[in-house]
Amino acid sequence: MSAVEATPMREKPRSGEPLLRLQGIVKHFPITQGIVFQKKVGAVHAVDGVDLEIYPGETVGLVGETGCGKSTLARVAMRLHDATDGTILFDGRDITRMKGENLRAVRRDMQMIFQDPYASLNPRKTVGTIVGAPLRLHKTVPKNQVKAEVQNLMELVGLNPEHYNRYPHEFSGGQRQRIGVARALSLRPKLIVCAQPVSALDVSIQAQILNLLNDLQDEFNLTYLFIAHDLSVVKHISDRVAVMYLGKIVEAADGTALYTQPKHPYTGALLSAVPIADPNLAKTKKRIILEGDVPSPISPPSGCRFHPRCYQMRSLDPEKQERCQTDEPELVPHGPGHIAACHWPLDASIIDALAETDPGSSG
Amino acid sequence: MPEPLLEVKDLRVQFPTDDGVVKAVDGLSFTMAAGETLGIVGESGSGKSVSFLTVMGLINKKSAIIEGEVLFQGQDLVQMSNDELREIRGPKIAMIFQDPMTSLHPFYKVGDQISEMILAHEDISKKEAFNRSVEMLKRVNIPQPEERAKQFPHEFSGGMRQRAMIAMALSLNPDLLIADEPTTALDVTVQAQILDLIDRLQSEFNTAVALITHDLGVVAEHCDHIQVMYAGKIVEEGTADDIYYRPMMPYTWGLLRSLPRLGHDTDRLTPIAGAPPSLIFLPDGCSFSPRCPYVFDECRVIEPDLLPIDGHHAARCLLSLEDRERIVAQEILATP
Amino acid sequence: MLRYIIRRVLWAILVLLIVVLITYMIFFLLPSGDPAVRLAGKNQTPQLLEQIRQQFGLNHPWYIQYLLFLKHAVLGDQYGWPGLGLSFISKVPLKGIIFSRIAVTAQLAIGAAIVWLLVGISVGILSALRPHTVGDRTAMGLAVLAISMPVFFLGPLALYIFWFKLGWLPGTGYYALGQYGFGTWFRHWILPWVVLAVLYAAFYARLSRSNLMETMSEDYIRTARAKGLTEKRVVLKHGLRAGLTPIVTVFGLDLAALLGGAIITESIFNLPGIGQLTVQAVGGQDLNTIAVITLVAATFVVFANLVVDILYAFLDPRVRFD
Repeated sequence: MSAVEATPMREKPRSGEPLLRLQGIVKHFPITQGIVFQKKVGAVHAVDGVDLEIYPGETVGLVGETGCGKSTLARVAMRLHDATDGTILFDGRDITRMKGENLRAVRRDMQMIFQDPYASLNPRKTVGTIVGAPLRLHKTVPKNQVKAEVQNLMELVGLNPEHYNRYPHEFSGGQRQRIGVARALSLRPKLIVCAQPVSALDVSIQAQILNLLNDLQDEFNLTYLFIAHDLSVVKHISDRVAVMYLGKIVEAADGTALYTQPKHPYTGALLSAVPIADPNLAKTKKRIILEGDVPSPISPPSGCRFHPRCYQMRSLDPEKQERCQTDEPELVPHGPGHIAACHWPLDASIIDALAETDPGSSG
Repeated sequence: MPEPLLEVKDLRVQFPTDDGVVKAVDGLSFTMAAGETLGIVGESGSGKSVSFLTVMGLINKKSAIIEGEVLFQGQDLVQMSNDELREIRGPKIAMIFQDPMTSLHPFYKVGDQISEMILAHEDISKKEAFNRSVEMLKRVNIPQPEERAKQFPHEFSGGMRQRAMIAMALSLNPDLLIADEPTTALDVTVQAQILDLIDRLQSEFNTAVALITHDLGVVAEHCDHIQVMYAGKIVEEGTADDIYYRPMMPYTWGLLRSLPRLGHDTDRLTPIAGAPPSLIFLPDGCSFSPRCPYVFDECRVIEPDLLPIDGHHAARCLLSLEDRERIVAQEILATP
Repeated sequence: MLRYIIRRVLWAILVLLIVVLITYMIFFLLPSGDPAVRLAGKNQTPQLLEQIRQQFGLNHPWYIQYLLFLKHAVLGDQYGWPGLGLSFISKVPLKGIIFSRIAVTAQLAIGAAIVWLLVGISVGILSALRPHTVGDRTAMGLAVLAISMPVFFLGPLALYIFWFKLGWLPGTGYYALGQYGFGTWFRHWILPWVVLAVLYAAFYARLSRSNLMETMSEDYIRTARAKGLTEKRVVLKHGLRAGLTPIVTVFGLDLAALLGGAIITESIFNLPGIGQLTVQAVGGQDLNTIAVITLVAATFVVFANLVVDILYAFLDPRVRFD
């Protein structure tokens, strides 16, 4: 027996212009060598051409494993790294090369929540100082009202405002993450990038933080870019999900389409790999075990980056295989709001039960 | 009925600290049969790791108070001397840990680290031990095993390192393999590879496996029998079907309801209120009572025993069986 | 690796050039009188002063003097190669003096190093293996005490007790091995070695202790035990190897710095090493000698840095240069 009737994913109407628009983002980290003068001998292709749009009020989930570039992409979007190439449009303005006071003003509107609640808070500062720092820095609130505002924020995220003067080590992991959320929220940003915010938390606490993020989004009309490697978490919180592999987006879809009808074999492998806390569903799941490791982003494979590990390719005729080895596939539509980059896309669901229960699927 | 491979009887492990005595394991009893896969699920502070570190004798006896019995093939490991335990570690019971990067010595070659273990227990030549190491690396699907055996851990990827650890652990064909969060630090597709490998090797070597994890999905897919631990005790145990379709303990309910699961769509997760208890100041009565939505007065006073529900299913809760079955039917399994 | 070494050597040369340049700058920018006057001694006639200036090149501007020094050092001068010129004070070619002085300092440094390595590291290891016991706390307490006793305090104190009062050991002075035989040579070295080693032994004890304690709490130690290895092997092969490797770096640099002259120890025990020469040279405004000593000391340090870094790559396989 399983919880069967799927309630539809949060449907957010897409209106107007995207809040964040990434176009052709490339980020290469150079590798240098030399005796006296360092010359570039290669590069780590962390992000190798990514387009992404996030509309106001929605949550876009970005999934991928180590080396896929999701964290780098997030940092580039926030201008924590400079893009090697491409454009970042935030709220209609081109912020790709913005500097100085202009950039600082933009920074008020985009904030980040980090993964490790133990490392991302300065242990020598009190909670009040940590959460109040952005307010003081950007002077969005008069000095004498900062404390009141911080306490208000603490209450919003479920912390006791009387703990204003406590230090991070006096809080549990989940509470520390709430502090991180309060800090991110303090400037009332438009966009919050959540960089794997629940991976380091215990299971029972994860749910608390995910609910909190959902509630705050409704209350403050926030937009989230939610980065994670856990597909089940991402599915729960996202309106749209994109999968990255070796610096590129390989598939993206609205709602549950990615889960019910994955098109890219890598997405299929990811879905198969997620352990399902439901023995019967787990038994019906297609088992796909990838071979080998993720290749190095220093020299990505030719043609389709996934082809050396692609199980789908191996089942094809040699002429078709050759295309995978030489021709890098483009992202093409596979249904409303669904794009994937594969010459020979998948045509079935990985977890049949998911497809059956999805009211929108063709079955 | 064959003698169980491992029989733990009322194990208690306490660590005296400046703030008080930490009761990491508080009365743990279970058995494992030969060749079985046991899943131990719990969050941080549940005692799942400490209990098996105690089985291996890796808990420093000077800093911990250990009571109870751990009978492995009939012998009590708690009473054994370090020398006797050393003969068991490797050939009889082997353990792999969470982070393969830090679990392998960075200065020595991988092949040598495996050979070292073999040579510590068997009287063979270095060359023969090395050949066996290479053979083990091959069995865990590491390509070019001879070259890889001469490399250092930092030259391996995360998944490969964990495979090397597994190769090392199984090199002496132990009867029990303890895997303490073996895939937590790995990417999800690598996790699938490693768990698949453990499944396969388990049947090839006919080893019993104790799989410790916080991931309910992992145990659902890979374990015959599952124990849910909380605050140093087992609060529920049973087969996968028991735990996921007939759970009988509010903590298990809480875990199932708070997980985002593929195939189970909810708009809102139901987290467990509060936080795991301090192991120094455990609550009176049932350790879960401060967080239990179904708590009643007796729960705060009487500590429930782990009572059997049927042959393979047991739970620790004072609620009547009928009440629990009703709650399960109406709230846990019903569509939210 | 070769590229790395070449790059480091080039940087090293640059560093040495700058070090000597700074030495010349300091000498000429600080008001300390006219070296020519010092050199002339009692009979200072203007002609004599001028003659001296000519002879020692003091009539050139300071940067020319610097360049001349470099030229002679690299190409040699009338006294041989390397051309280190004359000491202003003793008017003896420096080349001969420097090498014999280095020999004395080296005996001091290496002897003391052996003592402090043996004592410091053993104490550190024992403490790390029995942390928070009486022995450990005593050892670390003594270490703190030792660190608080500088050589200029400990030296005279040791002489007072062991030579003056007890008469167990001989007093100051250097007695070369060749001339005086092993016994005399050795007995005169005991106090200087021990006094110099005390401070370092204490540091190394604390350093080894903390390194080893940290290493023993690493995951790979737990794995080693889980493999069923004997505790002895776990500590010696897995623990020490990782825990003591960082000490190699520290040791290399400490030794190099000492080879540049243990000024206080040599002064107290009247040992004719580089350190003692330094004191004399600075006091006597012997620019030439000062420049040479600075160059020598800097060379030791820079060279030691390079050796230690390369050695580390052999000890720790994770370290790689390109």
